[in-house]
Amino acid sequence: MTDALAELEKVSRVYQKGKERVEVLHELDLVIPKGDFLALMGPSGSGKTTLLNLLGGLDKPTSGSIRVGGVELATMSNAQLAKWRAHHVGFIFQFYNLLPVLTARKNVELPLLLTNLGAKERRKRAELALSIVGLADRASHYPKELSGGQEQRVAIARAVVSDPTLLLCDEPTGDLDRETATEILRLLQTLNSEHGKTIVMVTHDAQAAEYAKRTLHLDKGKLVERMAA
Amino acid sequence: MTRFGLVWKNVWRKKIRTSLTLLSVIVAFLLFALLSAFAYAFRIGADVAAADRLVVLDKVSLINPLPIAYRNRIAATPGVEAVTHASWFGGYYQDPQFQFGQFPTEPRTYFELYPELEIPEEQLAALEANRIGIVAGVELVRRFGWKIGDRIPLHSTIWTNKDGSQVWEFVLEGIFRSTDPRGSSAFMLFNYDYFEEARAFGQGTVGWYVLRIAEGANPVEVANAIDAQFANSPSETETSTEAAFAESFAKQFGNISLIVKLILSAVFFTLLLVSANTMAQSVRERISELAVLKTLGFTDRAVLGFVLSESVLIMLIGGLVGLGAGWILVQGLAQQLGAFLPGIFLSPGAVLTGVALMVGAGVAAGIFPALTAMRLPIVTALARG
Repeated sequence: MTDALAELEKVSRVYQKGKERVEVLHELDLVIPKGDFLALMGPSGSGKTTLLNLLGGLDKPTSGSIRVGGVELATMSNAQLAKWRAHHVGFIFQFYNLLPVLTARKNVELPLLLTNLGAKERRKRAELALSIVGLADRASHYPKELSGGQEQRVAIARAVVSDPTLLLCDEPTGDLDRETATEILRLLQTLNSEHGKTIVMVTHDAQAAEYAKRTLHLDKGKLVERMAA
Repeated sequence: MTRFGLVWKNVWRKKIRTSLTLLSVIVAFLLFALLSAFAYAFRIGADVAAADRLVVLDKVSLINPLPIAYRNRIAATPGVEAVTHASWFGGYYQDPQFQFGQFPTEPRTYFELYPELEIPEEQLAALEANRIGIVAGVELVRRFGWKIGDRIPLHSTIWTNKDGSQVWEFVLEGIFRSTDPRGSSAFMLFNYDYFEEARAFGQGTVGWYVLRIAEGANPVEVANAIDAQFANSPSETETSTEAAFAESFAKQFGNISLIVKLILSAVFFTLLLVSANTMAQSVRERISELAVLKTLGFTDRAVLGFVLSESVLIMLIGGLVGLGAGWILVQGLAQQLGAFLPGIFLSPGAVLTGVALMVGAGVAAGIFPALTAMRLPIVTALARG
C-alpha cells in the first residue's frame, strides 16, 4: 500500500428525524490507501453504510472533508457527483440490485452507457467482465434465472466493467450461504490483489471480514482500527 | 444495449398493464382520427371556398328560390366578372339511402366558376348537347360503377315532372374530378333548361347564384351593391362570401367543432388519468432500480428523461396505431358515406395535431412520476429497496 486514495477529515453526518437530531458519524478521520481491502464492521446504526455512502458520493457530509483520488466530494453538485461515480466507483449491494428486465450482459453493460464507447466495444467489455467473474456462459440469462451467488457475480461484473479505482461493497455476502459467500469474497480478493482495486466492504460477518487486509470497527459514529489476522 | 433499449425494456416490464394502457391510447386516438375526419367534412366548404366567389341567397331562407330574372342584373353589377346559378334537386338513386347532391345549372358557367373541377371539353359539350344529359363526380361514378352513356334515373323528393312522375331520366355524358384533394366531387350537375321545362312547378326560379368578382373589386361593396338592387322586392337577397356561406350552412348541424373538442377533451382527460396512474405505479415499483441507475452515475436529469421517454413512447406507440387504424377506417367511411357527407378526410393538419397530442399527453402523464424519480434521494431509495 502506498499513497492515499481516500482521505476523510473530521467528517460528521447528522440526520434530522422530526425534531430529533441524530449524529450518525462524529468528526471521523480516515485514510484509505490505494490497493487497500478494508472491512468495516460494527453494530446496526453505527454508521457503516453512511460512511460507505459518503465515500461513494451518494450522500454528503454535514461537515468535514472527503477527498477521493484528490477530488473533494463534499462541495460537488449532484450532477458532478453522478459523473464522478460513473468513472471512479463501483457499487456492490447485499441484494445485488440488478435490473430484472435486462439480461446479465445488459446489466453489466449499463454503466458503459455513460461512456463514449460504441455498442460493439460496450458489448465486448461486458462479456470480458462477465468472464472475469466466471459467468461468460450466463450472459443471456435474466436475473431471475440465476442463483443468488451468480446474481452477485453479475453485480460485481457491473461494478468493475468501467474499471473504477474504488469498489464499495455493502454486505455483499449478507444474502448468500457460506460456500457461495466464500466464492464471492475470494473473487473480491482477486480483484484487490490482481486487478489493483481498492475495496471497502461493510459487513456484519467476522468470517467475511477476514478476507480483508484490515478491519475497522465503527461504534456510535467513531472508528476503532484492528489489523487483520 | 442502448438508452432507448433500456426505455423499451421498462415499457414492457408489465406486459398486461402496458397492453391495457396502450389499448386505451389506441381507442382515444382512433376516436380522435374519426372525429377529426368528420369535423373536417363539416368545415371543408369553408376551407376550400375561393376568396373571390360570392353566393347570393334569398334573405329570408336558403330554401326560398330566387327569380332567374336576377341573373342578368347580377351579372351587370359593377365588379361582377361571371355568374352562374344552381338549385337543389333533392333526388336519390335507386334507394332513398343513396342520397347525394344533384344540381340543375348552366354547366359551362358553373365549370368556369369552379376551375378546381375538371371535365374534358368534349364531355362538357356532350352535356350541353344532350337535354337530359348529366355529369357526375368521379367519387359517385366509382361508388355506383357508372360509365358514360349509362341511363341514370333519379327520384326527386321535391320536384315532380310535368307528367306527374317524380322519376327523372338522365344519361351520363361526363365525369368530373376535383383537383383540390380536400374538395369533393360526390355530386351531379345537369342542364337547368331541361329542369326548367320539365318541372311541374317553380318555373322561373333558381336556388342560388354564385358569382366571381373582378380582380381588384371589393367583395363587400359588390355584395352590398347586389343586395341593394333587390331591396324591398318580394325576393330580397343576402350576398356573402362562399366561405361565410359554407360556415353558416355547416352551423345548421350545430357547432360541430365545439362538440368534437368537448368529446375529445373528455376522452383525453380520461386517458391522462389512466396513463399517469400507469406511470406512477411503474415508478413506485422500481424506486430501488432508479436509485441504482443514479448510483451507477446516471444524473437526476437522465433518470427524469428515462421516465418521461417511457411515457411518451407508450403514447406514441398507441397513438400511431390508433391514428393508423383511424386512417384506414376513415378511408372506408369516406367511400361509404362520401356521397352523403363529402370531405371525410384525415387531413395532414389533424395528423400533426395528433402527434403533438401524443407527445403532450406523454409528457403530461409522465411528468409527475418523472419528477418524483428525479428528486429521489439515492440513500433513502436504496434503503426502501
